[in-house]
Amino acid sequence: MIPSAGATGLSWNVADDVRQLFAQHFMVNALAAGTIVAILAGSVGWFMVLRRQSFAGHTLAVISFPGAAGATLLGVSATAGYFAASIAGALVIAAVPGTGRGRGYTNQSAVIGTAQAFALACGVLFVSLYGGFLDSLNGYLFGTFLGVSDRQVLTLLAVAVVVLATLALVGRMLLFATVDTDVAATRGVPTRLLSIVFLVLLGCAAAEVSQITGALLVFALLVMPAATAQQLTARPAVSLGLSVVLALVIVWLGLGVAYFSVYPVGFYVTTFGFAGYVLAASGRALITWAGTRRRATPAVTR
Amino acid sequence: MNDAARSQPGGPTEPGAATSGHAPPSPTTTPPSPATSEGPTSAVCFRDAAVRLRAQTIWSGVSLEVAPGEFVAVVGPNGAGKSTLIKAILGVHALSHGEASVLGLPPGQAGRRIGYLPQRRSFDASLRVRGVDIVRLGLDGNRWGTPLPVADRFRGSRRRDRERVAEVLELVGATSYATRPIGQTSGGEQQRLLIAQALVHDPELLLLDEPLDSLDLPNQAAIAAVISGICRDRGITVLIVAHDVNPILSYLDRVVYLARGRALSGPPSEVITSETLSQLYGTPIEVLHTSDGGLVVVGHPEAPAHHSDRHTGRTHERP
Repeated sequence: MIPSAGATGLSWNVADDVRQLFAQHFMVNALAAGTIVAILAGSVGWFMVLRRQSFAGHTLAVISFPGAAGATLLGVSATAGYFAASIAGALVIAAVPGTGRGRGYTNQSAVIGTAQAFALACGVLFVSLYGGFLDSLNGYLFGTFLGVSDRQVLTLLAVAVVVLATLALVGRMLLFATVDTDVAATRGVPTRLLSIVFLVLLGCAAAEVSQITGALLVFALLVMPAATAQQLTARPAVSLGLSVVLALVIVWLGLGVAYFSVYPVGFYVTTFGFAGYVLAASGRALITWAGTRRRATPAVTR
Repeated sequence: MNDAARSQPGGPTEPGAATSGHAPPSPTTTPPSPATSEGPTSAVCFRDAAVRLRAQTIWSGVSLEVAPGEFVAVVGPNGAGKSTLIKAILGVHALSHGEASVLGLPPGQAGRRIGYLPQRRSFDASLRVRGVDIVRLGLDGNRWGTPLPVADRFRGSRRRDRERVAEVLELVGATSYATRPIGQTSGGEQQRLLIAQALVHDPELLLLDEPLDSLDLPNQAAIAAVISGICRDRGITVLIVAHDVNPILSYLDRVVYLARGRALSGPPSEVITSETLSQLYGTPIEVLHTSDGGLVVVGHPEAPAHHSDRHTGRTHERP
């Protein structure tokens, strides 16, 4: 494929570097796809982290891998395979008894884990049946941004618009059902239905993120921005917005740096996400520590 | 808040005289009339009701009538079906026998007119959502839309909602810690926030499932005072499930005792007698009378009788 270490290379002229990024059509597509995926992952991931459904999110992403590999094997578009497998997985998880209880997983985690391992194994089989073992396996698992087609961008956009519209419609009820399931149910919030709807939305988001970061690194966009935002503020609205902004920054930085480097985009996206989380968590720990010290001081002097 | 008006349980000036020599008062034999004739004359009305869950009868033959504005306690040992009674009122559990009306409607249809606080929920310490947001969800959590302020700006009622939230926070005394993440507040603080949440949409009937559970004694007394104030000042009917009747006894208009699949309801002075309670629980229970006419239950299967000095003053001001 085309030059992962840019055509003319990195210079100290930032404007020139940015112009280089947008000069290549494949790079424009990658940035467009990355932007769509970041907005989607930032918002769906925020609810996922709040609902303690990270494990389900990870599983849905892993399930998308055999979907894509199987679709390629059958000669269908890989994009369709990603979505079909993730949405089917979401419905299966929703059918496991007890999932509708909102926060927390108990026995289901064993069921979900079992399915996840088997899905991964199936994916490896499909890839090896198809041939080109190493190249495509790397792409599916750890992400690729070189081959994003115009059509794929449009598909990502269409799915993202539908998912975000649904989330905008049920967002407040979903928040209520998440933090306070019992009360929400008595106030007429359809908690069980919402939990199924959310799993399907999560499946769509996981399938989209998988196509950029690869199935194994989805957490870079689904968990990291949301977890970082929730470290920084306890205001739901601010934290949700911050999560989207962080996801965008992570993706843009990751894609930009990966363009000028020979290493995979998944690594950079994940690294920037990780750095953000570590900064936020240690910053908050520092503030808490300073706060307790300040409160403790008067007692000592008195 | 002046507690003096309700410090006498029930009303009779000679406590204990009401049921001497009689069989325990059993409302099961005198079902109250259904509230169908002239609108909702009672807030909650059960007639010969029974609930079966998983092929097991939780209780049966339960009849009770709660008048609007009453402060009622549902008391009984573990597993007696106290929460089941609350859920039957909410319409979560259907009756297997008998009839019920709640605010003049079949159970489950009063929706917004009921405020509900489920049995002890703990918010885990890592939950990064502010108390005020949890309370706000009690007001608008069942509406379509997003929790984003941008979307809120198009609604005229935004400021009214905020003022309403501030008002209930003030009412339960939770204003000072409402902006902290709820996972980082204490048990007593969480309980006040949750009562505020149950109150914020201005219900006519408040169902509180063990709001005093796992709180220390000063907090129990303080929250009991807050709840009784809400009941008295706002005219809201309150049904409170309690493990131990003593912290709330002085505020009560009516007690519903559940034990061994049966229920017994009436004014505290009639129901809370050594004879009635011993028979209901099948274990010796003593009811003592304090010098100011209050009652204290001793020997209750679960409740240690350590609040005998409770009537000496404004309990919620105790350090």
